[in-house]
Amino acid sequence: MQYKLELPFKRETTAGLRVYDRLELSGPVLVARDQAHQRLSALLSAGKELPVALAGQTIYYMGPSATPPGRAIGACGPTTSARMDDFTPAFMDCGLLATIGKGPRSKEVAQAIIKNQCVYLVAFGGCGALYATRVVSQKIVAFPELGPEAVLWLMVKDFPVIVGMDCLGGSIFA
Amino acid sequence: MSSDMTYSLDTIRQRVRDGLLEAATHVEDALVDTLERALATERHESLALSSASGIPGGQERDRLDASIQALEMILENIKISHATRLPLCQDTGMVVGWIAVGPECQLSMHAIENAVNAGISEAVLLGYFRNSIVDDPLFNRINTNTNLPAVLHWTTSPTGGLSIALMLKGFGSENCGGVAMLSPTAGEDGVVGAIASIVRKAGGKPCPPIILGIGLGGTMEQAAWLSKKALYRPVGQPHPQAPYAQLERKILSRVQEERIGAGGFGGTVTALAVAVEHFPTHIAGLPVAVSISCWADRKALLQFGGACAI
Repeated sequence: MQYKLELPFKRETTAGLRVYDRLELSGPVLVARDQAHQRLSALLSAGKELPVALAGQTIYYMGPSATPPGRAIGACGPTTSARMDDFTPAFMDCGLLATIGKGPRSKEVAQAIIKNQCVYLVAFGGCGALYATRVVSQKIVAFPELGPEAVLWLMVKDFPVIVGMDCLGGSIFA
Repeated sequence: MSSDMTYSLDTIRQRVRDGLLEAATHVEDALVDTLERALATERHESLALSSASGIPGGQERDRLDASIQALEMILENIKISHATRLPLCQDTGMVVGWIAVGPECQLSMHAIENAVNAGISEAVLLGYFRNSIVDDPLFNRINTNTNLPAVLHWTTSPTGGLSIALMLKGFGSENCGGVAMLSPTAGEDGVVGAIASIVRKAGGKPCPPIILGIGLGGTMEQAAWLSKKALYRPVGQPHPQAPYAQLERKILSRVQEERIGAGGFGGTVTALAVAVEHFPTHIAGLPVAVSISCWADRKALLQFGGACAI
């Protein structure tokens, strides 16, 4: 099925999505990758408050190239999701509803998706220039010292993804 | 490969800069043709599935259709990158360079290295590349904010001037490479099997459809070195020696059977091309190394003075 969806997601929406569904997303997504995941995870383990609430949100695994003048962002395609696998189940337990990246994920993530009625969305790998045309704005949320690995808010418009793993245990990588 | 009969350190710097700016936003025509053929193949498979059964093809159909969409997105991305000069991919890579110095070249290696590094620094700024290099692999990992250092390999050439081959090596694919130290009696099947196993493990992670550089022989590091060198060969150009050209076709056909497909969605085109390089080896071994490039195989081949093979 094809849907145009507004973000943030509701849990009944993520619970109803099925593998191979094609989506065009519009609204806010959080951007975080390796170092940001490690830091957020350390804060969680220490029982400290996160710089941004994960409940109801979508995390996009991405680190953009530099922003040319007059543009909202540089190239901004997905990075490999598997590197975030160790951190994702705990984030989903905190209310994270969806993640966007590329490539397959671990069994632990598949189980966390089932348990929390989440969804894993696959963006098209290497399509950084295309995705730059689907981002309206960016804003730094946390860890600016990480440069391209800082946590960002992006406002996206008609951002194309495919449902890669769903809460019934479906996976396009199986 | 463009040539330049009179060259100075300044022209080396400028051509490295311009070559990388071009590489970040363009892939070679042969690669675009190969991607278009892959799209035609998947469309044909999808159509054949519909007419064979007369009913929707279930998961097989879903896989093909998702792979078709991935290839359409890739081709559209290439057009957008050309038009906007935004990098094809946000991972503008670690620069890997192959520098061959022939007898006509009067410049010192040190001066050439400085000129190459200066060209890289300028390209990173002018092309709005991502700063992707950290100063230490393990401790602190502080971004150098320059994309330096590059990984530079030096060779000599018996003839000609100076060749500089550069690639922007993204790490989604680089992380999926591997080495297998096979037994000397493993034979062709052992080699093909070891490569297929590395590709299977990579799955959808390296941004398929992929391009494979294969290094055979030498020692462990020599095989790895050759596997990267193989990626400089123009996409689809076969090895000049018939048995190796045949091996390349065999590997390509074996890898397609993995059914990873574009985007990792399970289509029939997992790899676009295979290039093998080989070197003599020890009686006790058969090293096999695999370097994987994502579909965005971004490289610049620069020639200064007389032709000089890398």
